[in-house]
Amino acid sequence: MAQEQVEQGDNKSDETQLVLRVPEHQNYLIAGKPSSIRVYLKMNSITIDISHISKIYQTEAMQTVALDDVSFSISKGEFVAIMGPSGSGKSTLMHILGALDTPTNGTYILDGQNVEKLSDDELADIRNKKIGFIFQAFNLLPRITLLQNVMLPMRYGGMPEKEREEKARQYLEMVGLGKRLSHSSNQISGGQQQRVAIARALVMNPALLLADEPTGNIASAQAEEIMAIFQEINNRGHTIVMITHEPDIAEHSKRIIHVKDGKIIADDRNKKQKKAKRLHTTD
Amino acid sequence: MHDFLEIIKESIATLFLNKLRTGLAILGIVIGIGSVIALLSLGQATQQTIQNQIQSLGSNLLSITPGSINAGAIRGAQGGATTLTNDDATAIQTSPQITDVAAVSPTYTGRVQVVAGGNNTNTSVIGVTPSYAVVSNVQVAEGNFITTQDQQALTRVAVVGPQAAANLFSDGADPIGQLIRINNIAFHIVGVTVSKGGTGFLNQDDNIYIPLSTAQEEVFGVTHLTSISVQVKSADLMTDAENQIGYVLLSRHKLQNPTQADFSILSEADILQAATTTTNTFTALLSGIAAISLLVGGIGIMNIMLVSVTERTREIGLRKALGAKKQVIVTQFLIEALLLTFIGGIIGILLGIGVSLLLSTLIKIGFVISVSSILLAFIVSAGIGVLFGWYPARRAANLQPIEALRYE
Repeated sequence: MAQEQVEQGDNKSDETQLVLRVPEHQNYLIAGKPSSIRVYLKMNSITIDISHISKIYQTEAMQTVALDDVSFSISKGEFVAIMGPSGSGKSTLMHILGALDTPTNGTYILDGQNVEKLSDDELADIRNKKIGFIFQAFNLLPRITLLQNVMLPMRYGGMPEKEREEKARQYLEMVGLGKRLSHSSNQISGGQQQRVAIARALVMNPALLLADEPTGNIASAQAEEIMAIFQEINNRGHTIVMITHEPDIAEHSKRIIHVKDGKIIADDRNKKQKKAKRLHTTD
Repeated sequence: MHDFLEIIKESIATLFLNKLRTGLAILGIVIGIGSVIALLSLGQATQQTIQNQIQSLGSNLLSITPGSINAGAIRGAQGGATTLTNDDATAIQTSPQITDVAAVSPTYTGRVQVVAGGNNTNTSVIGVTPSYAVVSNVQVAEGNFITTQDQQALTRVAVVGPQAAANLFSDGADPIGQLIRINNIAFHIVGVTVSKGGTGFLNQDDNIYIPLSTAQEEVFGVTHLTSISVQVKSADLMTDAENQIGYVLLSRHKLQNPTQADFSILSEADILQAATTTTNTFTALLSGIAAISLLVGGIGIMNIMLVSVTERTREIGLRKALGAKKQVIVTQFLIEALLLTFIGGIIGILLGIGVSLLLSTLIKIGFVISVSSILLAFIVSAGIGVLFGWYPARRAANLQPIEALRYE
């Protein structure tokens, strides 16, 4: 408890300091040094710390190595794109990052918490409180209203009902859908659905926003809009990890990790971050 | 559980989404619960009717019937023997060893064709002595019953039950003084008994009474009896009287021990118990059949829920990705199953009450619906919801979120 308070209290000042002092993509080198330094960094600026992760799928006939000894870390406030061809292991990596799956070997520390050896319900709690998911297929529930969709994670998190509705309204307004609270998901466009999904991902104020091909199912103009929202929330301090195979979309991030055959083949800072424009604020 | 109401609202919305399937699942439970209620009610009503009839036969009653005729290893029907005689009846009345008996009524009963003018009926003709009226609690509405003179003089007089009278004189003529032919022998009707109600073979309103002597010598040509009814002085002397009569009859028939007895003595309590056992078996059988349909209904619910889980794999995956714990998913699916069975249960109870009301008017038995059977039906339907909903709910909760999200 005490550690968490310190972490929250020192949030802003440490973040800027550390980002200035240490190049982001080299954080994992620092993390390898004596433990006191590592713990200090983790508590204050590292959102994701993955070391020597592998994932092996064992079937009767053969063994498939989906991830092979992968290590990296992502600091608070980063906007990372993970790229790779299909079968490269990027989906497996996303599942592990999203606490939807556990690695065969290695450690994964998310926001100061070790995720590897947790029960199903504990993992559900991690997903609820620390991770906001954005899926390629939006995955909104069609039977309930947009407002109720956004309220869903708060319900699972046990937030009081009044607070839920207030917050859901606020986040839907933020993504420009404040006038469509009682619509259902099949009454709005793909781009609008993805904006609802972003609102839903953000309401629990998660440490990590995890997006899997967020623009895969929507038109390019609306994809631009989604990227604009991503950059906007990234500027507010949210950590974003985005899986994509489109270089165009990846250009909007600050750091690009290339994965191939279960290994990281490149991890670079994107010096020419493309700025997306927000087309309309409400509709 | 938090947000119970919200889950219920969502469940109702989900169930409404596929009305036909929901309706069919509910129908299974409606039929199951409805038949349980209706059949339990039918069984209870039958039991009550039979008990009332047996009780109307008269209280403090012992009934002695002859045993079976055994030829070598072949055992005949109970009551078929001719070992019970008028002298046995006299002995029961007069023996100094029998002290607890108030009245003795020997009878010979046969089923014959009875003709009156153009009408005829097939009914029980009972040869009785005057004491029958006392022992069997029969009252005369019009005229008088068989008298001692009739018994001694072998008169050809008859007392008819109201149902028999109605069958024979369908024009509504007064039966008193009319002639009827029993086995082609003419009898004068001297009385009509008061209606005692009843149905089927226990219907005493359909009987025709004639003097025992006339019945034995002229109508049936026999010397034995089909039964001796004995009225005991009071209800707590029943066992004593039974023992005394048994002892006297055994020695009269020159038998050493009760296992050789060629007669049996039944008290009203015995008959009541036998009838109760029979109707209980009947009720249990009916409930068993109803329970099977309820089981089938329950399996229907499980089937629907399993289909629903498969169909909503993606939804379950998403909910789990958003942080729903196993318990939340289990609760959601259990509530859906419970809603199905509860709605089905309520409709089924109403249907069951309706059907048993209809039955009670159609076959003229009483209408009995006990709170306990409704309660039972309610608990059973809730139980089915939990039992058959639990497995699908568990399956939904145990889905891995990635598997669930990948599912197309």
